[in-house]
Amino acid sequence: MKILVPVKRVVDYNVKVRVKSDQTGVDLANVKMSMNPFCEIAVEEAVRLKEAGVATDVVAVSIGPEKAQDQLRQALAMGADRAILVKTEAAPEPLAIAKILKKVADDETPEMIILGKQAIDGDNNQTGQMLAALLGWSQGTFASKVEKADDGLHVTREVDGGLQTVALNLPAIVTTDLRLNEPRYASLPNIMKAKKKPLDVKEADDFGVDLAPRLTVLKVAEPPVREAGVKVESVAELVEKLKNEAGVL
Amino acid sequence: MAVLVIADVNGVDLEESTRKTVTAAQAIGGDVDVLVAGSGAQGAAESASKIAGVRTVHHADDAIYANRLAEDFAGLIVAMAEGYDAILATANTTGKNVMPRVAALLDVMQISEIVAVEAPDTFVRPIYAGNAMQTVQSSDAKKVITVRATAFAAAGEDGSAAIEAVGAAPSAGVARFVGEELTQSDRPELAAAKIVVSGGRAVGSTENFEQYIFPLADKLGAAIGASRAAVDAGYLPNDYQVGQTGKVVAPELYIAIGISGAIQHLAGMKDSKVIVAINKDEDAPIFQVADYGLVADLFKATPELIEALS
Ligand SMILES: Cc1cc2nc3c(=O)[nH]c(=O)nc-3n(C[C@H](O)[C@H](O)[C@H](O)COP(=O)(O)OP(=O)(O)OC[C@H]3O[C@@H](n4cnc5c(N)ncnc54)[C@H](O)[C@@H]3O)c2cc1C
Ligand SMILES: Nc1ncnc2c1ncn2[C@@H]1O[C@H](COP(=O)(O)O)[C@@H](O)[C@H]1O
Repeated sequence: MKILVPVKRVVDYNVKVRVKSDQTGVDLANVKMSMNPFCEIAVEEAVRLKEAGVATDVVAVSIGPEKAQDQLRQALAMGADRAILVKTEAAPEPLAIAKILKKVADDETPEMIILGKQAIDGDNNQTGQMLAALLGWSQGTFASKVEKADDGLHVTREVDGGLQTVALNLPAIVTTDLRLNEPRYASLPNIMKAKKKPLDVKEADDFGVDLAPRLTVLKVAEPPVREAGVKVESVAELVEKLKNEAGVL
Repeated sequence: MAVLVIADVNGVDLEESTRKTVTAAQAIGGDVDVLVAGSGAQGAAESASKIAGVRTVHHADDAIYANRLAEDFAGLIVAMAEGYDAILATANTTGKNVMPRVAALLDVMQISEIVAVEAPDTFVRPIYAGNAMQTVQSSDAKKVITVRATAFAAAGEDGSAAIEAVGAAPSAGVARFVGEELTQSDRPELAAAKIVVSGGRAVGSTENFEQYIFPLADKLGAAIGASRAAVDAGYLPNDYQVGQTGKVVAPELYIAIGISGAIQHLAGMKDSKVIVAINKDEDAPIFQVADYGLVADLFKATPELIEALS
């Protein structure tokens, strides 16, 4: 089976972003960019399914700027077979991303698409579910375990009360949660090999998808700042303050 | 204007977060209806009918909604969507699973995890782990929204809405519930607790959680939380994780023990009313948001704290 893995180039999770003073967005100049951590988990899972003999081909796809090739090369170095960049300088919303991914899926006919549950820039947590809807497929979101079974795919999901397991007909969408696996680091030889793997570049405008945003960003502001309080010297002082000053005990 | 709120049903009970999402719906304006979907969740429908300001409770009672699988639940919501200008659900794992599917079927862009309603089409939501607050205006005719429950007060409980039965929508027939492993606990629910005691990597083991963190929580009648590092290490189950990609909490009192205060963790607890941090590193970033910081070894300070509260 072929697995498609959409990966997004985002601000590295270690960067504390700053809001621009004109409140039009966050300052991304000279900020370190990486593959979204949940997408790394998605690539890892697809590669493991290939290593286990369940998958035959792993195709990574990213919709983004020219530079998103760096993240696709990383996916190739981790073990993906091919990559597709759908180039756009605009940053399309999840709905438009899902529509482009649907066209890629129509073309590639994968049996499984593994996405991250959430891109850590927009914190939307939407794209996989939207893509499942557009394709009319089943969805196993927030996965902590993925197993191929006779009756399809068994996905264990991280839910508010604990864990839920669902059986999905294939083709299916999976979105990854943190406990699904620990992504590998690409070895130097694999990074070298990845340079020779095929990476197709396409133009987003050729997909016939309306990329116009449905949401207009009116403002991006700093969150309310929380002032650091005081250091207490002892447990006794802490309890006294919580009782008499904060009034929470 | 009319707004449909998707009730947060846990098994057969109505979660308090539904009343908070109703408050967000009322801020948008117009008539507010609630959809309760479940199997044998008559009690939840009755609770929903008591929420102040609700016009009608639609109750879909069918075995296919017992586990709220997204494929079938989304079909029901889409079938109900006509006549509503906005559809809201709590941004919990059910809402996050189902609502984007609804949005795509309606060809609208979901507005995720709003924390404020500025106008019927304008909302505020955190991005970048809460390091920025984005105000967005939606041009979609129908708004599909998930709501961060901690940002809204709960609507009252003196209502008396009519309950109307609605039929099930056809099942998508592509997914099946296999089983669940729910965390059993007599402690308050993490997302709704007044006091939360959280432990981090430094707690070191499940046994240490049981020995140091649990008794403190029980002394305070608190829920227990954890950092990602503590969950990844297997000290506690996944549903204890507080943060950007876990649960968002805003209790009266949040006590962080042996947690460094990474931005991803802060994203889930920095709206707590009072924050206490116990950490042996005086430069730990958690102290930048703590109202009361105690630089100490948790294995010494926590037993002392339990003792002082006895
Ligand atoms: C995509 C992504 C999503 C994430 N989502 C989340 C999330 O939702 N929630 C979350 O929490 N994290 C999340 N993280 C992880 C986050 O970046 C941090 O790695 C994590 O929060 C660290 O957990 P910690 O504070 O327990 O551990 P550490 O950072 O290792 O901190 C341990 C602390 O304990 C202190 N300590 C050590 N010994 C003692 C002692 N004896 N007594 C007292 N103090 C002691 C140390 O000084 C230190 O400050 C995410 C990361 C990524 C990449
Ligand atoms: N521009 C993009 N290119 C490829 N995949 C994406 C893109 N945006 C989102 N995705 C996928 O959708 C997941 C969830 O993103 P989001 O819905 O934006 O939180 C990500 O982890 C990716 O797998």
